[in-house]
Amino acid sequence: MTEAAVPQHGLTSRLYLLVWIVLVALTAATVAVARMNVTAFAALISIGIATVKAGLVLVFFMHLKHEPLILKVMLGIALLALSLIILLTFSDVWYRWGAHVHS
Amino acid sequence: MHKGEGSVDERHLDYAGAKMGMWIFLFTEILFFGGLFLLYSVYRMKYLAEFHSSAAELSVVLGTANTVILLTSSLFMALSIAFLRKGRRGLSLLFQLITIGLGLFFLVNKYFEWAEHIRQGIYPDSPVLLDMARGKIIFFSLYYVMTGLHGLHVLIGVTIIAVMAAFTRNETIGPLDFVKLENTGLYWHFVDIVWIYLFPLFYLIT
Repeated sequence: MTEAAVPQHGLTSRLYLLVWIVLVALTAATVAVARMNVTAFAALISIGIATVKAGLVLVFFMHLKHEPLILKVMLGIALLALSLIILLTFSDVWYRWGAHVHS
Repeated sequence: MHKGEGSVDERHLDYAGAKMGMWIFLFTEILFFGGLFLLYSVYRMKYLAEFHSSAAELSVVLGTANTVILLTSSLFMALSIAFLRKGRRGLSLLFQLITIGLGLFFLVNKYFEWAEHIRQGIYPDSPVLLDMARGKIIFFSLYYVMTGLHGLHVLIGVTIIAVMAAFTRNETIGPLDFVKLENTGLYWHFVDIVWIYLFPLFYLIT
């Protein structure tokens, strides 16, 4: 278990550095997109880029890549629970406020 | 390396259990911040225009700088674990100290940001804020609560990394027993992920 958690070869530092460069590039991209004012999709694009960044941190910096399946399943359940809470709340809010928002 | 009363083998190490425990704690943190993000999303839907005009009042430059600072701190945190595992204690310690420095740098920026808002009279329950439109009041309340709780997490993270730095120095943790530092890293990266979402939601969606 211990040996499998992180690759021990010298490439680890280079991989981390590469991930960091991509993360900073994505940060620049999300700021650039926000400046362009593509209002219709701006929020979606921002959240999308943030999710890619969060995924990179999870997989590489938090070593999710090397974790046992059980841990990935547990994280999946936690994220599913959060998604369900958001989905159910929005289905309710849409019904109550939908008319108000669209008027 | 023998230390204390026994050899490494006599110490109780449960690597998988220790890490799973940390992850379960992080799941509770996901739901904790998730609830606040939900609150933000619902009110943004209701007060779209006011959320956008309020977000325009935040400094994109400071927000972007703080994003890069936290991402960089995450890089050094990850490196410090990799180097401790290789037995490079000195480098690991140096990278932990850099992580602490960047965490404090983030908080200093946060201080200047909040100070500027407060100077303008915008803080929870302030007469200036209460005079504003409802959506603005909710936006800035969420701004203070969410960046405040996140800042508290940064402060806690910095404190724990400082303890880890002491552990690294006195060899409580090392190449054979590094799970404490690894769990600290998990916490620090989680705090980074929360900011990755806070940044576009409060600074960019204008």
